[in-house]
Amino acid sequence: MRTISRLSRFNIASLALGLAFLYLPILILVIYSFNASRLVTVWGGWSLRWYHEFFADRAMIEASWMSLRVAVASATIATLLGTLAAVALSRGERFRGRTLFSGMLYAPLVMPEVITGLSLLLLFVALNAERGFWTVTIAHTTLTMCFVAVVVQSRLGSLDRSLEEAAMDLGCAPVRAFLSVTLPLIAPAIVAGWMLAFTLSLDDLVIASFTTGPGSATLPIRIYSEVRLGVKPEINAICTLVIALIAVVIIIASVASKLSSSQGESAAPL
Amino acid sequence: MTDESPRTGAAANAAGDAHPAAGEPLLRIEGVAKTFGTFRAVDGVSLDVKAGEFFALLGPSGCGKTTLLRMLAGFEAPDEGRILLGGRDIAQALPHERPINMMFQNYALFPHLSVRDNIAFGLKRSGMARAEIAPRVAEMVALVKLEGLEKRKPDQLSGGQRQRVALARALARRPQLLLLDEPLAALDKKLRESTQRELMELQRRLGMTFIIVTHDQEEAMTMASRIGVMKSGKLAQVAPPRELYEAPRSRWIAEFVGDINLFDAESKLRDGHRLVIGTRDAGTLVVAEPRQPFGDSRFSVAIRPEKVKLSRRGPVSEAGHGTAINVLDGVIADICYLGGTTTYKVKLDTGGTVQASVANSARLDVDAYSLNQQIVAWFTPDDCVVLPS
Repeated sequence: MRTISRLSRFNIASLALGLAFLYLPILILVIYSFNASRLVTVWGGWSLRWYHEFFADRAMIEASWMSLRVAVASATIATLLGTLAAVALSRGERFRGRTLFSGMLYAPLVMPEVITGLSLLLLFVALNAERGFWTVTIAHTTLTMCFVAVVVQSRLGSLDRSLEEAAMDLGCAPVRAFLSVTLPLIAPAIVAGWMLAFTLSLDDLVIASFTTGPGSATLPIRIYSEVRLGVKPEINAICTLVIALIAVVIIIASVASKLSSSQGESAAPL
Repeated sequence: MTDESPRTGAAANAAGDAHPAAGEPLLRIEGVAKTFGTFRAVDGVSLDVKAGEFFALLGPSGCGKTTLLRMLAGFEAPDEGRILLGGRDIAQALPHERPINMMFQNYALFPHLSVRDNIAFGLKRSGMARAEIAPRVAEMVALVKLEGLEKRKPDQLSGGQRQRVALARALARRPQLLLLDEPLAALDKKLRESTQRELMELQRRLGMTFIIVTHDQEEAMTMASRIGVMKSGKLAQVAPPRELYEAPRSRWIAEFVGDINLFDAESKLRDGHRLVIGTRDAGTLVVAEPRQPFGDSRFSVAIRPEKVKLSRRGPVSEAGHGTAINVLDGVIADICYLGGTTTYKVKLDTGGTVQASVANSARLDVDAYSLNQQIVAWFTPDDCVVLPS
């Protein structure tokens, strides 16, 4: 059904303003990353100079590598745990405290990051854990797991329960039924959940700065500390690369969730 | 009390004829009960189903028929009682351990698999050799007439085609017992009627035992050789369709299965093989003595609308009826034209109303009655049933 065939002038204007408000700063950042001039605010012609500079900057490369590793590791763990939690909540028998459990699972969604970060820091200090890659990874897993659970649970909820029953009826033991019918059908949602967790971890500054240790700064921490000393055009180049990476991941995630919804009967989880 | 229905040979359908019943029933349900929280969904049901039977569980929604079916499939475990299949108690067995397959109400086709893979799904799990699977799938595809659609995904099929895939998938493993949960509910009327015939034909040809769950009494009457009517978790009556319709055991069953006129009785008098019953709404009625004796509890006289005849002057004399014919005077109060038949509502002079269903056997309306016309409604004692209220 086609409801709106043509936008009015007013709509075009407000759309343009809205988009400009959201994306103009990013666009300027991207354009200035190709600036030849040393001064951030003065245009000196097109150049890839700052990209070369970035790839020569050992500390920046190390921070990027750290961020990527943390993002991949925490997204993977969060996806595993989040999927299990979603399955338990939507498929399990009604166990005691189920409502409390699901409420607690979603709490990190609305919890201020400062609180999450601080409490995790206190925990790690109490446990006398050496802060670095693993502490950040665990912290990011805590943060992103609930997002995965939300995405997967909404897909599971829209999935017809009788599909699994049909599989059992046709000779599958319960676990086998889940693996051969349910898992393929929720796979796109799991992929989308992983991507979401990956991007969340990649751009997190607050929790990472609470839980990381000396010598293992993530990219956002590194960028933030550089910027405090004055914006170098190199930062623009790094940010442009991060934006490109996140854009690619988001596009893949939304395509995956579209695929997921077209395969089943119900709406997309994202 | 539940019903074990030992009656035989009265099946209205021919399903029983093609496959002589073996001595032992294929399925025996003994005192099965299931409670959800405080709600007793199935309350002590006992039932025998013979091999080759087409059995229907009929009842309004919430009567427990689907729960009973799900216990047969293994999705719910009964709290009490036994379910014996070929002599083996399967009440606690898991679904995949039972030689029973089910066709789901919404078909539950696997959306990520093609028609062929949907049908082959159960065969692969049963450890069938690869070389045997392909011919069996082809056989099933031919059986439900889906040739040429093997590679389609379920969402590329029409409702009727999906129903066929679901049927083929459930039949592919050659189960001892096939369960059908409202199999035709999602189809439109015309398609439903043709599919009913196909299902009956298929069941007869395969000689398989079918148990169908439905809330549609016409569907149950058309297809099943025996019907079990369920009410609030209990089996109210188990009987072949004709017996269920003509000799319902209670007022509730009579009203649930088809239309019926009911007159509350106030007095009764024995007169040979007849009972003379005084009613408040229809005066004195003469009825045949019921086969089952009944006490002095409240009861009513029931008559199906198609057995009530109408005429302008008086009962048309027919041989055999003698003098004992119930004749009621009244006026036509309402006319409902249904094409094949017309239902007249007659307001009786004695106060009550009676419905009469008259076949429109002539194209021109020479026989039709008009509103407010003075009329005589009559029926024979043998057409009446006495029902406890």
